[in-house]
Amino acid sequence: MRYVRPGTVDEAVSLLNSEPESCVFAGATDLVPQMQGGRPEPKLMIDLKGIPRLVKVSYSNGQLVVGAATPVSIVKVDDNLKAAFPGLSESSGLIGSDQIQNRASLGGNLCTASPGADTIPSLMVNSARVVIASSGGTRTIPVSDVVTGPGSVSLKSNEFVVEFILDAPPKRTADAYLRFIPRTEMDIAVVGAAARLTLDDADCCTEALVAIGAAAPTVVRAPVAENALRGNPINDETLAEVMAAASAVCSPISDKRGTKEYRRQVAGVLAKRVVLQAAKRAKEKGGAV
Amino acid sequence: MTVAVEESPVKKSYKWVGTRPVRHDGLEKVNGKARFAADMTKPRMIHGHVLRSPLAHAKILSVDTTEAESMPGVKAVVTAADFPPPSKNEGFPHRSSNLIAREKVRYEGQVVAAVAATTRRQAKAAAAKIAVKYEELPHVLTVDEAMADGAPLLHENLITKGLDTTPKQASNIAKRDYFEQGDLEAGFAEADVVYEHEFTTKVVHQGYIEPHACVADTSKDGRSEIWCSSQGHFMVRSATAEMLGWETSQLKVIPAEIGGGFGGKTTIYLEPLAVKLSQKANRPVKIVMRREDVFKATGPTPGTKIRVKIGARKDGTLTAGKAWLAYESGAFPGSWGMLGGWCVFAPYDIPNVQIESFEVVVNKPVNIAYRAPSAPMAAFATETVIDQIAREIKMDPIELRLLNAVEEGDYNHSSMVGTFQRIGLKETLEAIRDHPNYKIPLGPNQGRGVATGFWFNIAQSSSATVNLTENGRAVVVTGSPDIGGSRVSMALMAAEELGIDVKFIQPVVGDTEAVGFTDVTEGSRTTFATGMAVVRACRELVTQLRERAAIMWDCSVEDVEWVDGKAHHSGNKESPLSLAEITAKAKKTGGPLNATGSLEAKGQGPAFSTQICDLEVDPETGKATILRYTTAQDAGTAIHPSYVEGQMQGGVAQGIGWALNEEYIHDKKGVMQNPGFLDYRIPVASDLPMIETVIVEVPNPKHPYGVRGVGEVGIVPPIPAIANAIHDATGLRLRDLPMSPVRVLEGLNQQNGVG
Repeated sequence: MRYVRPGTVDEAVSLLNSEPESCVFAGATDLVPQMQGGRPEPKLMIDLKGIPRLVKVSYSNGQLVVGAATPVSIVKVDDNLKAAFPGLSESSGLIGSDQIQNRASLGGNLCTASPGADTIPSLMVNSARVVIASSGGTRTIPVSDVVTGPGSVSLKSNEFVVEFILDAPPKRTADAYLRFIPRTEMDIAVVGAAARLTLDDADCCTEALVAIGAAAPTVVRAPVAENALRGNPINDETLAEVMAAASAVCSPISDKRGTKEYRRQVAGVLAKRVVLQAAKRAKEKGGAV
Repeated sequence: MTVAVEESPVKKSYKWVGTRPVRHDGLEKVNGKARFAADMTKPRMIHGHVLRSPLAHAKILSVDTTEAESMPGVKAVVTAADFPPPSKNEGFPHRSSNLIAREKVRYEGQVVAAVAATTRRQAKAAAAKIAVKYEELPHVLTVDEAMADGAPLLHENLITKGLDTTPKQASNIAKRDYFEQGDLEAGFAEADVVYEHEFTTKVVHQGYIEPHACVADTSKDGRSEIWCSSQGHFMVRSATAEMLGWETSQLKVIPAEIGGGFGGKTTIYLEPLAVKLSQKANRPVKIVMRREDVFKATGPTPGTKIRVKIGARKDGTLTAGKAWLAYESGAFPGSWGMLGGWCVFAPYDIPNVQIESFEVVVNKPVNIAYRAPSAPMAAFATETVIDQIAREIKMDPIELRLLNAVEEGDYNHSSMVGTFQRIGLKETLEAIRDHPNYKIPLGPNQGRGVATGFWFNIAQSSSATVNLTENGRAVVVTGSPDIGGSRVSMALMAAEELGIDVKFIQPVVGDTEAVGFTDVTEGSRTTFATGMAVVRACRELVTQLRERAAIMWDCSVEDVEWVDGKAHHSGNKESPLSLAEITAKAKKTGGPLNATGSLEAKGQGPAFSTQICDLEVDPETGKATILRYTTAQDAGTAIHPSYVEGQMQGGVAQGIGWALNEEYIHDKKGVMQNPGFLDYRIPVASDLPMIETVIVEVPNPKHPYGVRGVGEVGIVPPIPAIANAIHDATGLRLRDLPMSPVRVLEGLNQQNGVG
């Protein structure tokens, strides 16, 4: 096995094309345990953390750009990101432990394509887009088009994620993320939920996005829950519809981390709680950032 | 030289005993300098990799190592053919049968072969080239499956011991133990309230952070040195010799620091493989387990099924108790069921009792001790039923226990203790009853549970050598690995005896050739028994010091008294001589001063712990969060209170994990699904509140300082305390472990008529 650390996107692209059995990585916090667990070792390992564009958080023209290999320990504490996307900051801070967060990245969390990935629901409710590089240049697609199943992505083998783009949220808009684990930390979501709400001046919901993690082969949006919220106040009736819709959208499995019945029921509970949290934040937040 | 230390009166106050000095090994453990087994390296050392069974149960048709032997870097390969057959008398826990699979593999992870190569990667790659042909057999994973008629047999010749008539047919039931006392039927007839319930518990692992590891260096003269961490290096020596068919004199075992054992390192797994690989390769060989190996092939503690029936009068008097207990023992027989039976009613004076226990082999790793082994499962059943009785008769659960608690002179239902000597159960119950935490008001969805636990504690053999240095310091060498602060405890007792500042005492864990035979650190015995050996050696030294002072003063030894670390002349004719003044003149009075103490200790006192758990259940997710936890335990005398508190808290922390989330999860083929700390969920620090401790001191009259073992009993009450607290919070009676969020929510749904 050979290890390389390119300094530019172009260099990484040509390395990736030079060896069919190659693999890009950022923190390798999933890759190394997978290899120890028997995943075949690639011949060439390309470390993306040496590319400056991939390891930074920046703002321009009302857009937030997060490099795909930026450690989530930076993502979770970035003040601007926290103000605009508190839920994304939250989900970044839930991955693994402090040590893991110093290595792990949004790009890795997305491309490992675990149904239980903590940041994917937050990225989806914020309609994040990803810039993907290959020898043909770059293309930009919605985050929701990346993951196709557990451990599989729509990217070609010669492509990798360069950065995430998030548009600044409108006023009175906020997100939230919650996951359920049997412990307090150092665990993987049994089920997770993210929501982003926009409220009007009467605290009526005008826009809603809800996503559920670890309860289907991929993170899923809950359109029925979103419709129940849109145009309505956040009251018990709305919340009951959200809970039912969030549970209904799940197609979970039973495994060592929980049963399908449990995941379905708790998906509804978490959806209700994130909607309440996002609504509270939207009210407190007022105007756009 | 015999000194009657056992008969010493217990003093109330001491200069050193009961203080909290920094432990002598503390700095190195904090800064990373301490050397654990995997830290050892030797020149020319190579690396071993163990090939393990992927199947839960199979016949081994053939093992072909030809290709593996020709792989790059490979220096040696061993298979079952390199080891003598298990001795007929190998006894419990069948460690030599378990060393390497012979005709069959009986659990996933069992050793089949091992390879040593220049690098770990080469060894791993070569092990993958060992061709093993298996014929898969049906397996059994639980006591129900194993005890069923027509169940697949793990051992074709296993005949159940302990039945009235010896069966003719083999089965998976290794042993039955039975005990009765009084008139059971009359006892239940007397009762106003009778409850009978069935409980199940899952296999859980000790979860020590340090994986098993060793380095063996075998010389051409047929001797081998072994560096490893264990709970007892003399055990490593004898067990390794037995498995190799060697003399113990061929082996020297050097103890590394140990990163946790909790009973799991009272046996060995790797050492004979490493010695044999080293002999074949003529190189030092190191083997380090991966966490997956630790889960699949070491430890764990049995899964169980237990039925308990208890009767009580309205006034709270317990009239009868009946228990049926089935314990797994893993792939080979053990005695865990018997231990569970001995503990099940131990805290209570119940006149009419019947206890029947079974030992059942299953296709899972061979069980080994885990902190008060077998007691927590039995206490889960008994203490939950006791709680139910207390509620039914509207009596405070602590008062109910106080009414029935055993005390000095009561007969114990275990043949191990007989009649209780002075014990401290009532004192722990009173400490909890009177504790402010027992009265704190609870909020919605919150509950409080209490439970009591018993553990025997054991004594066994220990040795110590104490050497006085030329400038009046002392080196205390014992054969007990320091698992829970034993170095500083030994130093404190030596300081008290010799009158030297504890910081001038250097406690050392000696290797198998540096100190006398010492049994494994188990049964909470080290501070008790090894402490007695240290006290013996120190008292022998005091005699020598008086003799030397008599020489210096040219008087009779009868005229010299030893008081507060100094020799005093009885007629006050001379100024007192300090220990340092005497050792400074040792060359003129007969040479260096040293002494050994060794004994087969007697008089260990049983331990009791009573605990309160306050928790809150999230009614929407079923998750129980521990809010407050209080534990009162009888330590006899706390030699170093910080380490007594540490043991009390450690037991509770492990008990909480066992109660709420820990379990071995197997797929249908008997393959473990969660062999790592991600999905085998021991508590993380933020899961636990500060565990509040109350050290109760009812001195053990049979120890010079009143010590009783403190290491184990703390893990016994948490499971029922939590179950009782969940009931208090929700009305749910959970009788199956773990009481995970999934289980609690299922229960709440049933209660609410949902789902």
